[in-house]
Amino acid sequence: MSSRRIVWRKSLNYVMLTLTGIAAFAVVSVLFLILGYLIWNGGTSLNWNFFTQLPKPVGETGGGMANAIVGTMKLLFLAAVMGLPIGLFAGVYLAEFGGKTFSFVVRYTTDLLNGVPSIVIGIFASALFVLPVKHFSAFAGGVALGIMVIPITVRSTEEFLRAVPGNMREAAMALGASRWKTIATVVLPAASGGILTGMLLALARVAGETAPLLFTAFGNRFWSQGWGQPIASLPVMIYTYAVAPYDDWHRQAWAAGLVLLALVLVSNLGARFILARSKAV
Amino acid sequence: MSAAATTIAHEVPPQAGPRAFLHRLRRGDEIAHLITLTFAAAILLITSLLVYELWINSHLSRTHFGWAFFWTKVWDPNFDNFGAAPFIYGTLVTSVLALLLAVPLGLASAIFLSELAPRNVSDTISFLIDLLASVPSVIYGLLGIFIVVPLMRTTFGPLLIHTVGNLPYVGALFRGPNYGVGFLTAGIVLAIMVVPFIISVSREVLLTVPREQREAAMALGATRWESTWQVVVPWARTGIMGSVFLALARALGETMAVTMVIGNAAVINTSLLAPGDTIASTIANQFTEATGDLYLSALIELGLVLFLITFILNGLARILIVATERGGGRPA
Repeated sequence: MSSRRIVWRKSLNYVMLTLTGIAAFAVVSVLFLILGYLIWNGGTSLNWNFFTQLPKPVGETGGGMANAIVGTMKLLFLAAVMGLPIGLFAGVYLAEFGGKTFSFVVRYTTDLLNGVPSIVIGIFASALFVLPVKHFSAFAGGVALGIMVIPITVRSTEEFLRAVPGNMREAAMALGASRWKTIATVVLPAASGGILTGMLLALARVAGETAPLLFTAFGNRFWSQGWGQPIASLPVMIYTYAVAPYDDWHRQAWAAGLVLLALVLVSNLGARFILARSKAV
Repeated sequence: MSAAATTIAHEVPPQAGPRAFLHRLRRGDEIAHLITLTFAAAILLITSLLVYELWINSHLSRTHFGWAFFWTKVWDPNFDNFGAAPFIYGTLVTSVLALLLAVPLGLASAIFLSELAPRNVSDTISFLIDLLASVPSVIYGLLGIFIVVPLMRTTFGPLLIHTVGNLPYVGALFRGPNYGVGFLTAGIVLAIMVVPFIISVSREVLLTVPREQREAAMALGATRWESTWQVVVPWARTGIMGSVFLALARALGETMAVTMVIGNAAVINTSLLAPGDTIASTIANQFTEATGDLYLSALIELGLVLFLITFILNGLARILIVATERGGGRPA
């Protein structure tokens, strides 16, 4: 082998490896630059009024998004009530009871549901609960988010239940416990940290969803009058304010963006913390 | 002694038949089974209902336009004339642009993280990248509107028009008025959004490649890069393809970020700097304004098309990832 060839191969090695390093650095720095920009812009726009006041009428500056913050919480509550039980029990079924064929079908459908674009979920919820009655409602928005919660919860629940060692089940059964008693008192508690993490992550993910809310929960510049009425939410407010032509609205969109990001990241970190602690025990 | 033996004999449950079922029912097992089964079946029900609703509610549009819906280039709500071609075009163009930008960057970063970076550095960066994957899409849209759009309008747009725009063939892609919003801007924002997915999945797959493979290549005299590019990457090939398909599925279905930066115009334009529309952005923009049954039905048919595309892509991605898990995509 000629030495020229070796020099060529060695330089190619250094060049390509350096390029991968540059790529990683570029990706990480771009991502952090834009997040830094968001935190800077959001931080300078955020004030106490944002959390306590209603949006001002068009044309007036100031005001806040108190109704949207409460609205997002209400929608998340609905999503949790509707989505989490289905996800949890279906996950238990897959991990503990499932037969071969039916489990495969359920697992495949769950993956399919997970991949459905959120805007299509919005159409679905709208076709079920908005178009027939011809008015937007918080309930329809909650249903849309609840459907999105299901597949994530199913997967994490099944995964963490399967991670529980088989000899714990055998020990419980050997003591005479029935199958469901084993699951309820031994297996589920052992996996509870992981399952809780999965649920939190699922809620964190739908907290930022905008598309499914556009034509279900719609939006509201005032306090919502009940579950059957349109309701404001942070993501939809960010969208409406960002595409509007007013500078003051843009400022508020940044503030809302920062609050939403904080909500999502804190629940993400919280979920990971729970998981880390439950593993350490 | 014998009494105790008989009690024990009584407690041994029957192994099969209706009595066995009754026994388990009394112990609650069958009830628990049935309850969880019901919830699992609910998922099937919801998904079928979703398909059914999309199918039924798009009936008017499907019978009215037939297959021509897919290649009609006009989308005119005023005259009830609807064709999906501009949106299918927009969806494909933005997603392909996003992948062209994101795949090389993402794969290179994943190689760096799995092959070169020390494990703790790699884990920290991956953790941060995973967090970034959880940032809501409306926030990427916000950043797109206020950072990427002005940059495109003042800097990159004119730059592209004056350099690449003068070349033969490819020049047509970078011509015309430059508003800052358009296919390329949407592609860039989408690329930023899907890069974390590609890095995270590809890194996982690359880390599963057995150490012996690298050692064997090095022992034969391969450089680090040669062992990576000719042995490790081909081994993980199918898994990496899976990550690309997942990213593509996400890019195709992405709504908010695209809606905010694509400019919303139902036209097919060869210039990447021109405003356009995707399937998802059209639905997002027009669904609440849809007056008339045919209009609404056409929008729901767009939703059906989007559902079918992502359904097929997710299926492919799943097959590829399963294929890798079963013994790796060994180089042929």
